[in-house]
Amino acid sequence: MKKLQILGTGCPKCKKLTEATEQAARELGIEFEIEKVTDIDKILEFGVMMTPALAVDGVVKVVGKVPTPQEIKALIQ
Amino acid sequence: MADKPCCEPVAQNDCCNGATVLIYPCSGSSDVGEISDHAGRLLTREGFGKMHCLAGIGGRVPGITLSAQAAGKILAIDGCPQDCASKTLSVAGIEDFSRVRVTDLGMPKGKTPVTEEHTRVVAEKGIEALRASALRATA
Ligand code: SF4
Repeated sequence: MKKLQILGTGCPKCKKLTEATEQAARELGIEFEIEKVTDIDKILEFGVMMTPALAVDGVVKVVGKVPTPQEIKALIQ
Repeated sequence: MADKPCCEPVAQNDCCNGATVLIYPCSGSSDVGEISDHAGRLLTREGFGKMHCLAGIGGRVPGITLSAQAAGKILAIDGCPQDCASKTLSVAGIEDFSRVRVTDLGMPKGKTPVTEEHTRVVAEKGIEALRASALRATA
């Protein structure tokens, strides 16, 4: 089960990243759970200084942008 | 629920317009290293950017390294000509940053008391360097 965490406080870009990540995970056909991390202190614990960001199994993979679902697939695998 | 503004700043600058300013002092053990650290913290307190963890860049901590890569502007504050902050950023593949070196400002290593006045001089030079710099091309 992949743990996909979207770090962001709920802005439109965070929502776009959530959608793109869900699409990527579905297309890969993997088991996954998505968690939205909206608390700034928790986001800072990842060392992340700008949102949106994506962490896969606790490891930050994307900061400050919304990649395409295709790009996200490569980061999830 | 209404959308929050895009995006909520984690650092104090707008994260979406690419203008987040991250500051990396060398924070070395010497007097000039300590002054670099104090200047980074002063600039953060005064809202010119956000001091971030150079050690995290050295350790390739993903959230920290990716944040640096995505920063709109970066300021490295080196204590002396060893340029540890600048080199740490470069070795991690992070280029296109402004730099200030404490010993270039009339503060010799090992002979410079760590004072507010000295910290202010370095901070002002940092502000100047940031103002003169263009936004980084963040992919
Ligand atoms: S740049 Fe100079 S003062 Fe700073 S950590 Fe390196 S050797 Fe120490």
